[in-house]
Amino acid sequence: MKLSDFTTRSGEWLRGMGPHSEVVISSRIRLARNVSGERFCSKLDRARRADLEKRIRLAILAAELAPSMLYADLTQSVELERQLLVERHLISKPHAASEDPRGVAVSGDEQISIMVLEEDHLRIQVLRSGLQLDEAWEQISAVDDKLDDSLEFAFSKRLGYLTACPTNVGTGIRVSVMLHLPALKLTGDIEKVFRAAKDLKLAVRGLYGEGTEATGDFYQVSNQVTLGKVEEDIISDFRHTIIPRIVEFEQMARRTLLNERTHFLDDKVHRAVGLLRSARILTSEEVLFLLSHVRLGANLGRVRDVDVGLINELFLNTQQSHLQKVLGKRLDTEPRRIARAEYVRKKLGSAD
Amino acid sequence: MKGDCEGCKKPATIHLTEIFGGKKVEKHYCEGCPKLAGDALAAKSHTPINELLSNFVLQHSGAVRDAGTSCEACGITWAEFKQTGLLGCEHDYTVFERELNLVIQRAHEGAQHHVGKVPARRAAGAIVPKKKVDLARLRRDLAKAIEAEDYERAAKLRDQIRQAEG
Ligand SMILES: [Zn+2]
Ligand SMILES: [Zn+2]
Repeated sequence: MKLSDFTTRSGEWLRGMGPHSEVVISSRIRLARNVSGERFCSKLDRARRADLEKRIRLAILAAELAPSMLYADLTQSVELERQLLVERHLISKPHAASEDPRGVAVSGDEQISIMVLEEDHLRIQVLRSGLQLDEAWEQISAVDDKLDDSLEFAFSKRLGYLTACPTNVGTGIRVSVMLHLPALKLTGDIEKVFRAAKDLKLAVRGLYGEGTEATGDFYQVSNQVTLGKVEEDIISDFRHTIIPRIVEFEQMARRTLLNERTHFLDDKVHRAVGLLRSARILTSEEVLFLLSHVRLGANLGRVRDVDVGLINELFLNTQQSHLQKVLGKRLDTEPRRIARAEYVRKKLGSAD
Repeated sequence: MKGDCEGCKKPATIHLTEIFGGKKVEKHYCEGCPKLAGDALAAKSHTPINELLSNFVLQHSGAVRDAGTSCEACGITWAEFKQTGLLGCEHDYTVFERELNLVIQRAHEGAQHHVGKVPARRAAGAIVPKKKVDLARLRRDLAKAIEAEDYERAAKLRDQIRQAEG
């Protein structure tokens, strides 16, 4: 398996299945871990970094974490490939941009990915469609155990897993749920979600995590407190309280739009469909924005001739790097926007 | 006012200057006071590490060692950590324990102890200490020593606790 094979399939995070999938796009858990006896990343010189990268790579490949596991040495990869991994939520933007020895391991089904030598020695991630946090925890905890057997992670009895940044110390866990909240955005009630999240010490971020805009009405809700709480309790809060409430809030907003503001809703949805079928130049931001409304319309039965699976596919394949990969050529900004519009028209059926 | 803890009116040993909305606010607490953790939490609920560090200037004499203190294993100084927000190695949690305690409490709603997952190898094959040390008692003694401003004894107790914790 090669990095480039990934584009031919829909990423786990956009499979569009799993519980509550009309609103919950994906569930993700990541664990920050460091190898005991080795300096943290910021204090490793290049030679020691390369040695440690190799040691971790061998441990990952020996651990048989999944039936098929790809390991990529990112210093040997091209930028387009790294960008593909970012768009598929398998590595972070800083990990893609770095020039130091580092790597990533990805399981064949893309549920497991491990960033090697990012901020911490290992950032283990499990990503699943819909609301599947319990399953994700079970899976990631087993991966963690297997890797700990050979790598022995830095751990203190008082502070738990020791991380490069003290904000991650303890469990080293980050639980993130990606939500699609177009109705709350349209009604303006999204602000209430932000405020409630802030009170609960949760972070709300955009599509690609830290410092990114909430394009396409995608929001990632994640915990920030990692110490003094048991992993299962953090997860249970998301699973049974936080996420069901936001989902219910979004569903309420959708019902309100459907029953009381039908013309407003239909106008948004059909304008989006119309633009996507007619436009000759499209930026990736605009596509996300329009697809978001189409997805809402499809979920509410307002557009019947557009399949939700196709919408999900377009969400991913209209992103900068995916588009170039799908079309099989490198394109500069302007020709890319034209090619994007063309691709979308072809997929959705052109208006003319 | 200076001299009394905001929370419980005991003699204050921690003096903090918080920059809040561009204004400097001075606050005084006794060490380990529950009010300290609570206030720290209320001050800001979304707190990236840089803000935690820059907005929260620790003035307590005993709490910040001379800028020269560095970790023997990785060479990092507290000043360097304050700049990057990243530690250099696992030992820094011990080297800068006192300084980090406040940062950690602020980031984690006042929590100071891990209660989550323990690596399987530790849980199963853990080496049982020869002498079972009563951690709770040591912590109580530590709190008393700090209250009495007996820093020498407090430092010894901290070492004992650290050893017992492994
Ligand atoms: Zn007090
Ligand atoms: Zn160090």
